Amino acid sequence: MENYLSLFETYDVPAAFWINIQLSFWAALWALAIGTVLALFRISPIPSLQWFGAAYVNIFRNTPLTIILAFGFLGLFSVMQINLAGELDVSLFRIAIVGLAVYHAAFVCEAIRSGVNTVPLGQAEAARAIGLSFLPAARLIILPQAFRGAIAPLGNVLIALIKNSTVAAAGSVAAEASGLMKTMIEFRSDLVIPIFLTFALGFVILVIPIGLLTTWASRKLAVAR
Amino acid sequence: MSAQQVLFDAPGPRARRNIMIGNIIGGLIVLGILAWVVSALAGKGQLAASMWTPFLESRTWEFFILPGLVNTLKAAGIAIVTSVVFGLVFGVGRLSHVAPIRWVAGVVVEFLRAVPVLLMMIFFWLALGSSGAVKPQDAPLIAVVVALTLYNGSVIAELVRSGVYGLPKGQREAGMAIGLTRNQSLRNIEVPQALIAMLPALISQFVVILKDSALGFIITYPELLQYTRRLGVGEGNVIPSLFVAAAIFIVINFALSTLATRLSVLLSFRTKGRRPAAKEAIAMDAAST
Repeated sequence: MENYLSLFETYDVPAAFWINIQLSFWAALWALAIGTVLALFRISPIPSLQWFGAAYVNIFRNTPLTIILAFGFLGLFSVMQINLAGELDVSLFRIAIVGLAVYHAAFVCEAIRSGVNTVPLGQAEAARAIGLSFLPAARLIILPQAFRGAIAPLGNVLIALIKNSTVAAAGSVAAEASGLMKTMIEFRSDLVIPIFLTFALGFVILVIPIGLLTTWASRKLAVAR
Repeated sequence: MSAQQVLFDAPGPRARRNIMIGNIIGGLIVLGILAWVVSALAGKGQLAASMWTPFLESRTWEFFILPGLVNTLKAAGIAIVTSVVFGLVFGVGRLSHVAPIRWVAGVVVEFLRAVPVLLMMIFFWLALGSSGAVKPQDAPLIAVVVALTLYNGSVIAELVRSGVYGLPKGQREAGMAIGLTRNQSLRNIEVPQALIAMLPALISQFVVILKDSALGFIITYPELLQYTRRLGVGEGNVIPSLFVAAAIFIVINFALSTLATRLSVLLSFRTKGRRPAAKEAIAMDAAST
């Protein structure tokens, strides 16, 4: 037991989780922004934008996140020498955020589209009947209802994003949770199971409240029909 | 897709003109982005012929891409079979009428769904490697398969459960009426129907398994990404190699997803029950990794 507690003096476990939380937070904001624009593209009347939205979703949903992050690190950073910040680790951190956001935007787009599908046709017809064209109808009538219908799937995307932030280890953000766990197990192989359970429990504590919260919010905010 | 048709009116002459203008502007913007990416790649010499000719040589495929693909498919194939078994056992466990079995299955499934797959992979890789229970060279494959099984198996367990909940109540009543016990009716009548109803979601989960097998890259399992990276370092063409690896994954996964969509249309005629649970589960799965 003392052995186990001494781990926390040598290794800063909360700091590693804090990096995952920061990665998830910024990636979630960007993914939400990109995903909403893509969803608008996909429901718009303009074929070239519909096509672009569909192509984006099909490409990024079917590519492993590991490849996207490896591409960010090996391709963008090493080969193309794209730097997103002066310092090395800040730059890697931002590249990981871009990779996570680009990947999860495809899932956000699909979640919002599933939300659009929960809006009855009558709503769109009513919007047209009062003379709204596509963008005002989408902005004032469809999307507000669609977002309320999409809370549960968006919550699932957020949960997946938090868990996937561990893959940033592939993008060489070494200080995050899975990287630290690896280091800790390598140095303290006598405590393999307690170390794993600590990190696993950390994610359970992060993820399960979000699941409960989004389920509650999706019921509470559902548009009564 | 249904809403897509009614968000805007059937276009008249003016709207058609506006849509066409929008189409051209949108097309130009998309082309502009593509051109910018291409010129950035060309600016760093990534489009030079020498970067891409290795993919025309048979030795590239023979020694790098095919062995990687075989290992990826091997890990994913084993994991698909084992996670379906895991999912059936724990899905039926969650539906058991013996409360302790239900609780244990519930805790296990909820816990495994909340833990990142990569964390499990690293844990099994290092734990197996240091325990000496398996040969060191086998540890990465076993770690990949076990981690994928535990996570995706518990997602499949949830699919089984929500599939059974989605069935009409009469199915169980009919089973009991012809003298089956609750367990027999679950095994012989409800679960088979639930699996058919959930087949599209199940296939989407197989796509997740195939994609997540690329996490093996991080724990030194020699799968497709690992091999293509080695190729890229050897030939000095990292970016083209990653593109090829990504393209292979996209083709396989896109084919699987298309199959899932086709099946869901086909099966909607076969399984007529309440299906809200099925829809929700598909939305859930689209999100998991």
